[in-house]
Amino acid sequence: MFGYYLDLAWRSLKRTPILTGLMVLAIGLGIGASMTMLTVLHVMTDDPMPGRSAQLYVPHLNPLPLKGNFFANGYDPSDHLTWPDAMALLKAHRARRQAALAAGYLLVRPAAADLRTFYVSGRYTTVDFFAMFGVPFEHGSSWNEAEDSANAHVVVLADSLARKLFGDTDAIGKMVRLGENDFRVVGITTDWHPSPLFYADERAKRYADRDLFFLPLSTAVDLNLNTDGSVDSWGKMPNGDMRSATTAWLQFWVQLDGPTQAAAYKRFLIDYSAEQKSLGRFQRPATDATLYSLMGWLAHENLVPGDVRLQMWLALGFLLVCMVNVLALLLAKFLRRSGEISVRRALGARRRDIFVQFGIESAVIGVAGGVLGVLISELGLWSVRHRPDDYAHIARMDASMLLTTLALAVFASTMAGLLPAWRACRVVPALQLKTL
Amino acid sequence: MQLRPILSTLRHHKLTAMLLTLQVALTCAIVCNVAFMIANRIADVLMPTGIAESGLSTIQSIGTDTKQNAQALHETDLAALRAIPGVESAVAVSSALPLNRNDSFGPACPSRQVFDQAMRTSSLFKGGDCPLSSFYDGTPGLLRTLGLQLVEGRDFLPGEYTAKNNPSVAIISRELADKLYPGQDALGKVMILGGNALQVVGVVATLARPELHGMGDGYLSVITPQLPDSTSEVYVLRGAPGDRERILKAAEAALFKVDPTRVIDQDQVQTYSQIRDAYFQRDTTMVGLLVASALCLLFVTALGITGLANFWVQQRTRSIGIRRAIGATRGDIRRYFQAENLLIVTMGIVLGAVLAVLLNLLLMMRYELPRLPLWYLPLGGLVLWVLGQLSVLSPALRAARVPPVVATRSV
Repeated sequence: MFGYYLDLAWRSLKRTPILTGLMVLAIGLGIGASMTMLTVLHVMTDDPMPGRSAQLYVPHLNPLPLKGNFFANGYDPSDHLTWPDAMALLKAHRARRQAALAAGYLLVRPAAADLRTFYVSGRYTTVDFFAMFGVPFEHGSSWNEAEDSANAHVVVLADSLARKLFGDTDAIGKMVRLGENDFRVVGITTDWHPSPLFYADERAKRYADRDLFFLPLSTAVDLNLNTDGSVDSWGKMPNGDMRSATTAWLQFWVQLDGPTQAAAYKRFLIDYSAEQKSLGRFQRPATDATLYSLMGWLAHENLVPGDVRLQMWLALGFLLVCMVNVLALLLAKFLRRSGEISVRRALGARRRDIFVQFGIESAVIGVAGGVLGVLISELGLWSVRHRPDDYAHIARMDASMLLTTLALAVFASTMAGLLPAWRACRVVPALQLKTL
Repeated sequence: MQLRPILSTLRHHKLTAMLLTLQVALTCAIVCNVAFMIANRIADVLMPTGIAESGLSTIQSIGTDTKQNAQALHETDLAALRAIPGVESAVAVSSALPLNRNDSFGPACPSRQVFDQAMRTSSLFKGGDCPLSSFYDGTPGLLRTLGLQLVEGRDFLPGEYTAKNNPSVAIISRELADKLYPGQDALGKVMILGGNALQVVGVVATLARPELHGMGDGYLSVITPQLPDSTSEVYVLRGAPGDRERILKAAEAALFKVDPTRVIDQDQVQTYSQIRDAYFQRDTTMVGLLVASALCLLFVTALGITGLANFWVQQRTRSIGIRRAIGATRGDIRRYFQAENLLIVTMGIVLGAVLAVLLNLLLMMRYELPRLPLWYLPLGGLVLWVLGQLSVLSPALRAARVPPVVATRSV
């Protein structure tokens, strides 16, 4: 029967080409606009570490005093850890892997005479960072644990920076001058940059920034290297002492295997907070300590700009109008065929058959509209990519979004066809047949 | 025109007519709100900064030699920049310029008493009597280079510029003067900025902040005769508007000639228009999207109206023929369809006005949008009336062309 209904639908649509065209265009425009915005939202909220994200967590402590206005800059300073807290969590070693990190911004003084000095962004971190996030190495490896705690002057470079500085020669073991110090290159990573750069703080452009060097956090603090992230202090002004117990500036990530370990780790955080509170360092309840999963953390950080959400709602509103439009047109079209319906009913077709027949006709419109919608949203995404917004370059449709587009189009037009099809199958055959 | 026959026809097509009404209503509601958002964003994008923007270019230089003397470097650099043909004037600022997002700001108190009071109640950083204001600094000639309009008082005297000490005088924006000293003359008053006393010696007409903080606070600015005291600074150049690209290239070369070890980030070599565009870039993206979606929405609604009207004309061909046969003129038939459309669209607009206000309330809650001025509603209504009449015109004319003889044919 399906083939027959398809044939019927095709004949019926061919009979009114303009009306059919209008309906396909309406669905296409509505779907195109919605899918453009949904795709932008999809790539912005996508999992930056597929396969690993379920094991990655962010511990959250709250060392802020009870009184004071800490939100003047639009974020919560306790999203970052102080040096003593981060070191305590590192030493406790309660997770499978743990790393403290902070954004760095350093002057590179190239040895090559034809290169000018330039600034480069990177990360100060501890050794587990590489294994925890699965940073792929092209040559060499990360620094070791001994170097991690010994303030060693070692650095891991991203491939593009290594090439810029040393050309195609092997950079391992070479020295590079960053700021006022020389560092020995121990590893070269491929140009690895998760999108969004989930471990960076709110100062970063998380859809555009990438790290081009990594060096030990202890070294950075020892040499008092520039940090490029948020630094918030309270209480006595610590005057730039990054080891201060009242300066929050470090990000911290842990790798935990499964929910049992996560629950245990959260317990540990609460115990740690309680201990700090009894020592008089923390003022807030120990139960304020919590643990975010990676995706939970990204939701907490609220990376998607309000404008993008607004655009998505606008596009969905537009789709709704398009659906109402198609609904009205389908209703008019189906009811006009009361005669045909009555004949089919008189020849033995059940109401259900009529309903299915018209449902299939709406779905055919949906498929055509979906194909048009894919083209329109490709066009829309192409224009988004040509905008200078920092997230613009990642706006691409993947296979799953392509299927979603088609499915949404068929769904929207079938939904729009539901009421007309129902009305059509309620046509009373006898009345209509008399007028024929 | 009689409404009765139209109403009785519509009663037969209740559901379809209702759907069309709903579509017009939704379109009306969305378009009104979108138009309002577009107007808001455009007002933002076009906001004046108070400086003469068209001839300005800026170039940021970061010194890497920590032993350099900042003042001497600035003087050498500025001399080199001023020697470039086409450069009318050049100054150095430490980082802040209107809309460049390098904002340093703090509470500006109108007097020592107010400052002490705010300190006692620890309400200094909460706005109130001491509004948070942005600080601008720079080398002599800043006002002239930026093209600021001094409306009261005087520019700084050469002896007032200082590098290491706190300056003792300030020029403030009209908006800040009105906020600090409402109804009084600001000239000669002593305001307290970060604990330091500054005598107001001049008032400029308007001066936008590097970052606009919410509504109405975008123009609270203070200029002090503080000389930039680091080897990282921004040079501001004035030259003919069409000449800015060449001037920037020449400036970069001149700066490297003075000190080849400095860092000049290509992203920070820009004309003022680029700074402004970058600041409002999200808004311009949004305006483009909003305009496109509003047009698409109106287009789809017009398609819907045309499609449905065409359909009704086809369906009623026979009754049109009968009406023509018993004496209705072509004009009567055309007007019938036009009136029917007017009726449906009007119902849609009435419903749409209610929906528009509701949608605005929702947006006000979720996206901090201002309240929709009510005059947008009749305007939206007018647009939809015109749209409805335009889209029904061709089907109505087609209906008017139906010959009376159709009545005599069976089906």
